[in-house]
Amino acid sequence: MQSIRFSINGASFKTEVDPGTPLLYILRNHFHLNGPKYGCGLGQCGACMILIDNKATLSCMVNLEGIEGKTITTLAGLSAKSGKLHPVQQAFIEEQAAQCGYCTNGMIISAVSLLKDNSSPSEAEIRQALQINLCRCGTQSRVIKAVKKASKI
Amino acid sequence: MQSINRRKFIQTTTSLSIGFTLFGCLPKENDANRGSVFSSPSMPARDIPDRDQIDAWLQVLEDGRIQVLTGKMELGQGLTVVMQQVAGEELNIPPGDINIVLADTGLTQNEGYTAGSRGVERSAMQVRRAAAAAREVIKKLAAENWGLSPDQIKIENRKVKSLNGQKEISFADLLKDQQFSSAIPENIPLKAKEDYQWVGQAIPHPEMEKIVRGEALYVQDLRFPGMLHARVLKPLIYGAKLLSYPEEVAQMSGITKIVVNGSFLGVLAKEEYQALKALEALRKGASWEVENPTIEFSSAADFMLKNGNGEKISNSNKYTHNAVYAKPYTMHGSIGPSCAVAHFEEGLLHIWSSTQGVYPLRSSISDLTGLAEENIRISGIRGSGCYGHNGADDVAADAAILAMDFPGTPIRLQWQREDEHKWEPYGSAMRMELSANLSTQGKITAWDYQLWSDGHSTRPRGDAANLISSRYLEQPFEFKPRARVGGGTRNSEPYYDIPNPKIQDTYVSGPLRVSALRSLGAYANIFAIESFMEELAEKAGQNPLAFRINHSKDERSIAVLQKLSEVLRNVSLKEGEGIGYGFSRYKNTAAYCAVASLVSVDLSAQKVQPLKMWAVIDAGEVINSDGLINQTEGGMIQAASWTLKEEVKFKADEITSKDWLSYPILRYDAIPETEVFIIDRPELPPLGAGEAAQGPAGASIANAVYGACGQRVRELPIEKALVWL
Ligand code: FES
Ligand code: FES
Repeated sequence: MQSIRFSINGASFKTEVDPGTPLLYILRNHFHLNGPKYGCGLGQCGACMILIDNKATLSCMVNLEGIEGKTITTLAGLSAKSGKLHPVQQAFIEEQAAQCGYCTNGMIISAVSLLKDNSSPSEAEIRQALQINLCRCGTQSRVIKAVKKASKI
Repeated sequence: MQSINRRKFIQTTTSLSIGFTLFGCLPKENDANRGSVFSSPSMPARDIPDRDQIDAWLQVLEDGRIQVLTGKMELGQGLTVVMQQVAGEELNIPPGDINIVLADTGLTQNEGYTAGSRGVERSAMQVRRAAAAAREVIKKLAAENWGLSPDQIKIENRKVKSLNGQKEISFADLLKDQQFSSAIPENIPLKAKEDYQWVGQAIPHPEMEKIVRGEALYVQDLRFPGMLHARVLKPLIYGAKLLSYPEEVAQMSGITKIVVNGSFLGVLAKEEYQALKALEALRKGASWEVENPTIEFSSAADFMLKNGNGEKISNSNKYTHNAVYAKPYTMHGSIGPSCAVAHFEEGLLHIWSSTQGVYPLRSSISDLTGLAEENIRISGIRGSGCYGHNGADDVAADAAILAMDFPGTPIRLQWQREDEHKWEPYGSAMRMELSANLSTQGKITAWDYQLWSDGHSTRPRGDAANLISSRYLEQPFEFKPRARVGGGTRNSEPYYDIPNPKIQDTYVSGPLRVSALRSLGAYANIFAIESFMEELAEKAGQNPLAFRINHSKDERSIAVLQKLSEVLRNVSLKEGEGIGYGFSRYKNTAAYCAVASLVSVDLSAQKVQPLKMWAVIDAGEVINSDGLINQTEGGMIQAASWTLKEEVKFKADEITSKDWLSYPILRYDAIPETEVFIIDRPELPPLGAGEAAQGPAGASIANAVYGACGQRVRELPIEKALVWL
């Protein structure tokens, strides 16, 4: 079996597990990173999002083969080593932009990815960046406020 | 070490560790690179004191912190912070210092279901009384220690002190190994409302930081040493019989066992992905027989009219105004498919579940498995928001069936997206026929309301048959629907001043599995009544808010309606935009809520765009204002989605709404801005508010669409009913 090298939240790894395994299950079950969640496994909801080389990516749609040499960041890896929250995380707390919180991982990851490319997005750009992310509790109007706030930090 | 499969992942740099955590220990704080590793998040079971005892609700932890044990569940509705606020307030300790234990048959009171917006009304009030009683016990204890009287004692800055400030002791030192072992006195004095520090404030939710860090623990995140991953292959459709399955799947890599029991088919595997691959192989190779195909229909309104078991008394010729409204079957649609972990060992079954009712589920699991209730423990863990009876109880039963077939090993089962979409019990379809007369002064002089509805609760309450898989076992349990409209009549009586309204309901047994969906029948009834009120207001030539006020006698109704009209004073409409309203008092006994929606409709672009939704809500005493606003905003957005887009689609042998493409819900491009105003009534009891907004919000969207494009949609969803250009 070929061995695959990648980095997660700043630490490097190589592995030889079934290379067809969706990254979502690797991150959750082998690394116990619970930020990314299973929502649909079909690329329709965004609950499983992570950053691969700083781009928001659906981890249910990427398998191990797809990450050779890449840098992965999950929700837990967004804050500084000191524990200081990323501005997007901070803004979500300030706006209390969650209810059950199951979708929140994807919302934050989408927003972080957007703000990396575009530090002062318009509301239309925020909506477009978050279009894949579903929330059933109805927290989206708060999330939009939180992302606007984070873009000003 | 918990079994992270580190063997397979060789760390090639030493800069950071993954932060493995030992079984039984909680993770360290502030280690950004580690994942949450929990072993058993449940405390050992205890003898549960009676409900009138302080320690039924409140305990002192070893470190002196106070712990509240509630028999309710956190569903994302903010119950945890409300409990912390009321207990913290009575004890004069900051809410964030209080630990909360959710419903657990090994630890907490039997408080039935967390449903119907009663969590705050009942449970929090009992916690408030228990905390007040605990405060008195603490004062008495300190007073005895120091030779003072209890009224010379105060609690301040997390310490117990004498009023003169000379004596001071921590909770831990004062209470040491003791618990509060006395009863809550009948007339326990509660803290005066004018002295409140935290109740009524927008206290941030304590879980929020954990949520944004990915550290909040969901039932989906539980991991135990040696745990196996399971998947179940659901039948093709209701009632389908399993004829055969590909037995060679058992030889696939990592597969521990295939569990077959009648038409119930499950697979246990070491790795989750192995379980998934086996599931797909089973799906491909299994063959089924569909004996009783599901009835097909295209219009819920027609189906219900023809299939109701009551006699339709058509009165329409007696009235000048008539209209028929309908709502299709709709989904709870939780973002996280249901999940449970079950562990059967030495005759004891332990299930971790996000059920809304640990005790009712336990009695149904007892019926299912034949185990005595005392040999089953159900621990409530938060899950993805459920909005009523979704798949959470069913998946717990599935996990129990698997665990009992494979004793000694914890089994984690998460449903697939398709399982949740096809097998959750849906919100019922309903048909509402309204008739009324108006006087020349524009007053309603006669009102006739006829309602057709499928049932609204098949929650497990001791009967295994309400757990879906029980019907597919070799020894199946027979499901008998209760054959009544039940919660379908919720809010069918107009909360207006109308002489002798006539209301009649008819039960219809429909083709799909149904149960409680947030607000039950209230959503459809209010959609119909509030649409009809705007139709009548137009006939009467009156402003729709004024028309409602003219038909209200309850001061609190009038107050929310007036506030709403004040809020909207400066809103002006552009071409293609419309504004519509909705009002109700939920259950006619709970929170008052008035909603306005601003939408634009572009018929040639086939687009309805909700632009803004405003709500005014009066939920009595407000415990957490931001929590109330969050619930109300969420309720409006959810209802906008139901109203515009949602309908469960099905054919004779298949539910065809099986993912988010075939059952679309609102996405960011159509999310309205929201604004909520609270009328606080600190002198009145708090009223449940989690379900107050859905009905008025749905009606307001339909009314706004009418305003924007002149099409009156009476059969939901709107996007299906509109005639596009
Ligand atoms: S779980 Fe990956 S998009 Fe839904
Ligand atoms: S907060 Fe519950 S799904 Fe978004």
